[in-house]
Order: sequence, then C-alpha cells, then structure tokens
Amino acid sequence: MNPAIDLWVYLSTSPLAWLALTLAAYVVADRIARRLNRHPLANPVVIAVVLVIIALQVSETPFETYFEGAQFVHFLLGPATVALAIPLVENWRRVKRSALPILIALVAGSVTAVGSAVGIGALLGASPPILASLAGKSVTTPIAMGIAEQLGGIPTLTAVLVIFTGVLGAVMVTPVMNVLRIRDYAARGFAAGVAAHGIGTARAFQVNELAGTFAGLAMGLNGILTALLVPILAHFLAG
Amino acid sequence: MIESLTFLLLAQLAGEVIVRALGLPVPGPVIGLILMALFMAWRGIPPALHETALGLLRNLSLLFVPAGVGVIRQAEVLAENWLALALALVVSTVSTLAVTALAFRWAQKRFGDPEGEASE
Repeated sequence: MNPAIDLWVYLSTSPLAWLALTLAAYVVADRIARRLNRHPLANPVVIAVVLVIIALQVSETPFETYFEGAQFVHFLLGPATVALAIPLVENWRRVKRSALPILIALVAGSVTAVGSAVGIGALLGASPPILASLAGKSVTTPIAMGIAEQLGGIPTLTAVLVIFTGVLGAVMVTPVMNVLRIRDYAARGFAAGVAAHGIGTARAFQVNELAGTFAGLAMGLNGILTALLVPILAHFLAG
Repeated sequence: MIESLTFLLLAQLAGEVIVRALGLPVPGPVIGLILMALFMAWRGIPPALHETALGLLRNLSLLFVPAGVGVIRQAEVLAENWLALALALVVSTVSTLAVTALAFRWAQKRFGDPEGEASE
C-alpha cells in the first residue's frame, strides 16, 4: 500500500492530529485577534472554529472523529470553571461592595435574556420545541441543555444556540457598552457574563482582569438562577 | 502546575459528587467553583494556583473551539429556522447586555458604591 495513505489512515484516526489541529487553529486565531488589537469582530473562537471546519470539510472527516482528539481540550472547561474561583477570591472586597448591584443586575439580566429570546421566537412563529431550546441560551452549556431537555426542547440545538449567543455577546459587548457610556469594568464584565456565559467571560478576561472576574461571577450566578427560574416560568405559561 | 491542576480537578470532582448525591440542577464545576472559593477564603490562595488559573482563564476561548465546531452537526435545523433564531439571539443578546449593565450602574448610584463610581 502507498505509505502516504498508510500514514494518513494512522493520523486521521488517532486523537493526536485533531488535538494538534485544534491548538494550531487557536494559536493562529489568537495571533490574528492580537494583530487586530482585539477588535470585537475578530473573535478568536469564531476564527479558530472556521479554520477547523474548513480542515474537516477538506479532509472529509466526521465530527465524531474530530472530537476524539478535541475532547481533551473540551474537558478543560470543567477545571477552567473551577479556576474562576481564584480571581473571585482575589477581588472579593470589590465584589462584596457591589453585592446589591450584582443581585439587581443579575435578576434584571436573567429575566431579559430568557423573556426576550422566547418572546421574539414565539412572535416569529418558532415551534414549542425550538422555543424550549432557546430558553437557556445565555447560560453555560450543561445547564442550558438540561433546561431544554426538561421543557421538551432539542438539547443538541441548544448547545449550538449557546455557542452562537456566546460569540454574539463577546462581539457586541464592547460596542454596546461604549454606546451606553458604561466605563466601569465591573459593570461591563458582569453584563458579558450574564448575556454570554463563558465566551463572554473569555472576552472579558482578554480585555481586563476585573471585567473577567465579574463576568465569571455573573456566568455562575446566572446559570444557577436560570436553572431555577425557567422551569417555574414555563409552569406558569403552560398553566 | 501539576499541583494546581490537581487542586482544580479535586474541587471539580467534589462538585460532581455533591451534584449527583443531592440531585442539584447545576453542573458539577459550578459547585466546584464555590467549594474552591470557600477553601481559599479559609486557607488563602497558593501562589502557583494563581499562575495556573489565570493562564487557563486567559486562554478560555480555546476551550470553546471543539463545542463550536459542533455547529456543523445542526446545519439543517438552523437552516429551517434561521430567521427566528437569528433575530431572537441578536435582539435578546443586545438587550440582555444593555439591561444588565444599566441595572448594575443604576443600583450602584442608587445605593452608593464609591469604589464603583471611582473606577468609572
């Protein structure tokens, strides 16, 4: 057999190639984003995802094969979530002083996120399973998928909507805050975390550590609140 | 670094155990975050952990790439509902960002937070 084909068969079925592809795509994406001075539109997640999808299409690789390698990166989302505790404790005095703004902004943002997404979807004639899949789009994937499942939505669709929302939030947080003339990094970061979970938090950490701290806090709190709030809202709407 | 990673994994593991034992509707890592914060409020932050944690968080974007690539599996449902989904996501995300930040600033002014005012 042709040794080049042998080599490709080995590489394409081992996790190594897909893990390397994921990291390489991210390194390139991050360089592009930095070269463009972290312009909101040059989102590293989007650039890296597009590069990987092109590579998978060209090599005719199914997603499942790709994920065998990429799962090692995906796995680190858990420890990274735990790691949010470190900036939180380091900035605890500042967080404690903002306890009331945090609670008020959390409830206002959480209700807006769920209500506006489901409301607009319903107005435009989306079916109930699609609406159920939309409900948790602003919170971290495992919670959002859990909510979709509980309400009769499509959890895999939710996973995608969560990613889209994260990217939209990361791209739009800077221009929206500038238009509203909100310069406080605590408020900016908190909004990014409520609206756009981990991807918004990733953006916030790239801009400013205090913004990242508040974003991480917002992500955790909004995940918990949405998990409790949506089933109650759904119960009242259905009844 | 290995020590820090062990800390993070143990906190996550404890979180997963608690979530499953109590049937909580929250992911294990979120409970792990709370446990980790409580532990460090009690014993302080090990310097090595600070480095590892911030290194991980500065590259948080990387960790969303595999899930992002999963978009290709949902191409059909997305194509069928693209208008409703696109409008719902864009309008909802912009209004959530605006409402959250405005509520935050309003509460800061209303209930007095000199630090917040100063950092503006």
